Amino acid sequence: MKHYLEEKNFKQGFRKDVERLSKQKISNCYQCGKCSAGCPMAFKMDYPPTMTMRLIQLGLHDEVMGSNTAWYCVSCETCTTRCPREIDIAKVMDTLKIMAQAGKYEVSDTEIPIFDWIFLKSLQYTGKVYELGLIMAYNMLSLNPFKDVFPLGLQMFLKGKIALFPHFINDPVAMWEHLEMFSKIHKKQKEKIRETNG
Amino acid sequence: MARIGVFVCHCGTNIAGVVDVKRVAEYALTLPGVKFATDYKYMCSDPGQNAIIEAVKEHKLDRIVVTACSPRMHEGTFRKAAERSGINQYMSEMANIREHDSWVHGDDKEAATLKAMKLMEMSVAKVRRAEALSKMYATVEKRALVIGGGIAGIQAALDIAEAGHKVVIVEKEPSIGGRMAQLDKTFPTLDCSACILTPKMVAASQHPNIELRVYSEVVEVNGYVGNFDIKIKKKASSVDNKKCIGCGVCTQKCPSKRAQSEFDEKIAPRKAIYTPFPQAVPNKPVLDRASCTFFLTGKCKICEKVCPTQAIDYNQQDEIVTEKFGAVVLATGFDIFDSNVYGEYGYGEYKDVVTSLQFERLINSSGPTGGHVVRLSDKKEPKNLVWIQCVGSRDESKGRPYCSRVCCMYTAKQAMLMKDHYPEVNCYVFYIDIRSAGKNYEEFVQKAQNEYGVIYLRGRVSKIYEKKDKLIVRGADTLSGSQVEIEADMVVLANGLEPRKDAKSLAQIFHVSYDQYGFFNELHPKLAPVETSISGVFVAGACQACKDIPDTVAQAGAAAAKVLGLFSKEKMEVEPLIAKVDPLVCSGCETCYNVCPYSAIEMEDREVTRGNLRHVAKVLESVCKGCGACVGACYSKAVDLKGFSERQIHDQIDTVTL
Amino acid sequence: MVKLGYFPGCSLSSTAREYDISTRIVCEDLGIELIEVPHWVCCGATTAHITSDIAANALPAKTLIWAEKNNMPITSPCSACFSRLALAHHTMTTDEDMRKDVAEVVGEEYMGGAKILHLARVFFETYGLEALKAKVKKPLKGLKVASYYGCLMTRPPEVCDFDRIENPMFMDKTVQALGAEPVKWGYKTECCGAAFSLTKKEAVIKLTGDILNDAKECGADVIVVACPLCHANLDSRQREIERKSGKKIGIPVIYISQMIGLALGYNALDMAFKKHFVDPVKVLKEKGIL
Repeated sequence: MKHYLEEKNFKQGFRKDVERLSKQKISNCYQCGKCSAGCPMAFKMDYPPTMTMRLIQLGLHDEVMGSNTAWYCVSCETCTTRCPREIDIAKVMDTLKIMAQAGKYEVSDTEIPIFDWIFLKSLQYTGKVYELGLIMAYNMLSLNPFKDVFPLGLQMFLKGKIALFPHFINDPVAMWEHLEMFSKIHKKQKEKIRETNG
Repeated sequence: MARIGVFVCHCGTNIAGVVDVKRVAEYALTLPGVKFATDYKYMCSDPGQNAIIEAVKEHKLDRIVVTACSPRMHEGTFRKAAERSGINQYMSEMANIREHDSWVHGDDKEAATLKAMKLMEMSVAKVRRAEALSKMYATVEKRALVIGGGIAGIQAALDIAEAGHKVVIVEKEPSIGGRMAQLDKTFPTLDCSACILTPKMVAASQHPNIELRVYSEVVEVNGYVGNFDIKIKKKASSVDNKKCIGCGVCTQKCPSKRAQSEFDEKIAPRKAIYTPFPQAVPNKPVLDRASCTFFLTGKCKICEKVCPTQAIDYNQQDEIVTEKFGAVVLATGFDIFDSNVYGEYGYGEYKDVVTSLQFERLINSSGPTGGHVVRLSDKKEPKNLVWIQCVGSRDESKGRPYCSRVCCMYTAKQAMLMKDHYPEVNCYVFYIDIRSAGKNYEEFVQKAQNEYGVIYLRGRVSKIYEKKDKLIVRGADTLSGSQVEIEADMVVLANGLEPRKDAKSLAQIFHVSYDQYGFFNELHPKLAPVETSISGVFVAGACQACKDIPDTVAQAGAAAAKVLGLFSKEKMEVEPLIAKVDPLVCSGCETCYNVCPYSAIEMEDREVTRGNLRHVAKVLESVCKGCGACVGACYSKAVDLKGFSERQIHDQIDTVTL
Repeated sequence: MVKLGYFPGCSLSSTAREYDISTRIVCEDLGIELIEVPHWVCCGATTAHITSDIAANALPAKTLIWAEKNNMPITSPCSACFSRLALAHHTMTTDEDMRKDVAEVVGEEYMGGAKILHLARVFFETYGLEALKAKVKKPLKGLKVASYYGCLMTRPPEVCDFDRIENPMFMDKTVQALGAEPVKWGYKTECCGAAFSLTKKEAVIKLTGDILNDAKECGADVIVVACPLCHANLDSRQREIERKSGKKIGIPVIYISQMIGLALGYNALDMAFKKHFVDPVKVLKEKGIL
């Protein structure tokens, strides 16, 4: 048996956090397994979605946040569509990633948080995704500078599929509003995560 | 002038421990009309009751108030005591100072006592205006109607008929038998379903007290318990049953290929003129005009030509008859959940995904394939079969959160039968939990897993898709934490049970209530499982809730017992605490008629004053339950409740508020 | 005359250039007027909803507010953008707290009046198949097409609210109206791996490989898609998948707008087929379409 539980392990604060932020009734899950059965990424996950829901129900936040399950969720919404208890499982996975990246819990993946950080920076300062910059920065920061450069990157460049320069929002007023919105989002998100259940 | 006696009970320390009973009795004597008041340790005991009787005689009291426990405990006791003492039993009231006072206000004795005094005062105010009432009686027509000719209906009819009463079974299909006739074997004994059913079907058809009306439906109901007037429509079968000898030549020669057999769950065709199955009772064919070549195009008439007794009559019409019945048993049974709702399972698109009933027809030796289980797509024998449990059960997203109770058992049964017939076939069952709570049920399911080698996988199936001629089933086994992919040749969906589609309209005809799924509501889920809110209408079988055959037969017997109880009296006793209409005041607005939840009010044209015919309301005494809805709704104050009149209630309210 | 707000999405100006080009040409030909949403902001794609659910709703909010103000339905050619816009609309119309939070952050309130349509739905429903059939100059006879819907065109059902979830047919029917032969296959709504193309490449290789293999086994000549990310995975990763598995696939991946363009009579140059990795021109020439 991989887990050993005593009363002090049933940290219901974690379950309540997840329930509150995801707005889903986690306790409704009866582990029927339909989500795991249809999940295209389950083969890569430490714990399939069914088990992850059970671990959240029991409050085992170390196991949940230390596993790679949420990071491998690709948001294909198959589980959400088919769940007989009407739980939005993809949203729960999103919530786990939000909680990790907001600094409240352990971040157990190396690649996606880097990607997200670069993506958001590009979004914040240009308003759209600067794909070339994204790919280059990601490769650098994940210490894999030449990934996909040959032959994929070169071919894309030659076919004119990579924009050399980023596209900005052309209107300065709109750009200013955009930057303002970003800082407000940042603040509000921090507020929401920091709320505790008491 | 009323002469009221008040008797305050201690109930040991239950009341006296909190309420100052002596004070309550003393206060009673100060109230107008109260000529005697006392307190006693146990009012309900023999000495206590005798004390009441003595007091009534001695002080010439004509009405009493017993201030004690809940009327649900001892109303009857004190009413009988009143009667023994010579006063009308309905001139006795109870004030509840135990459940409503001492048991809930134990922390504040002063307040509890004051409350007890008020409660007693309210009862005194009520009894001051009490009227002497007498019990009423209604006649009972000793003839029962059973709607539904499945095992529930047949069993109920046999039980009632054996007791010597006449029964009519009305069945929508051309033959009685219901779902059991479609099954192959039944769990947990693996008895052949038809072998145990057909003797009962024959017994029902041959019993001198039972009349079978097949291919018929109930269309209208009037009346009340003991005196129902029910309209039954016999659909036109185009066959004169008096002449028909059941030889079957018409069915043989019929050229129509349009229809799919409902009995075979649409996996095989049937003729336009047909009997649903060979052991049909009665064994007379019916002509389905919607698929008959003659009725659709005007040409054919072959059946008429070949019939040796000239029993075919194309001009036959639907017949409606109105008959009197004393009691009704609803036993309309179930339908299975429509699997088309599950797009991910591909039912309807992939021919080899079948429902549980379709599988029963395949494996039944009197079915369309002679008991050979073959794929519907290419008639080949399957090597890998997969059962998916909980299709349309335990699923909020499809509107069916309940468990259908029988699917775990019938899936195990089907898998075992499959393994019995074809030992080399691989059988897989995807389940969530196994519900096998009956007698020998758990052992039955274990046998499937241990002896027959059926592989049980715990997890729902997410998707089925076709690859060449195989069905790829993607499921999970949560116990081992794995995704499971099986290349199946055939998938059987264990459909959940739901009431028949027309059950709701039948319930509306009877004014019987039903829940959000259409299951008929029993009067009390634990203590009254076969009665409904309508007196004289009883339920049995899967139309009330999902159940297996043993429970259905037991419930049918219970319903029959209730009917026999009703029939055992010459006259039905009716409590007089019901509504009463004053026809002089009634304006005939029909508000009460529309409001009554028990259909206990009838409108009639009555000669209220000489030579003056007026449209007024009339309370059906044996149906009215005294709920008072009509009293609240009446604009003219023409209707009132006996024993709970408006003046009485107003006086009680005044006691508390003024 | 169909008038729609157009939300191209970030990838249409770079990695999915050919989709943008073909869409504009085809819409002009058919008489569908596309008005690009002014100063549009990225919908947030995968990153927004896994870092902040406020961002996930606030980024599309501006676009939705524009659509509401101008009373014009919005169409997006990218499944992910469409999904984010539709989900934001659904969330803000069902969750009052979120709507208020977003209004606070964005500075304007969204009242729930926008209508969001996927480009493929526009061709199928808004423009209509009958009208489309009438405009076909060169029916794509003999071309076996596997329609790949991916995840986000039909899921989740309350948000997309269009066609069946489990075996959608609207692209198959569109392709049939163009004269081609839709292929029956089981992987039409299976996930390709989407945004994991950069971060978790091995997962994408497996998922995309399964899809391509199934399409091949069911006899498809081409796969038609309506999402730039699905296209990128199925097209640009195909060589790598062939190398890893040792089996040849060689199925070109074409956008729905390019397919329509071909049927309307445009040639390979117009439809920018040069930008694809797996060359469609060879297969189309074999089938007599080019």
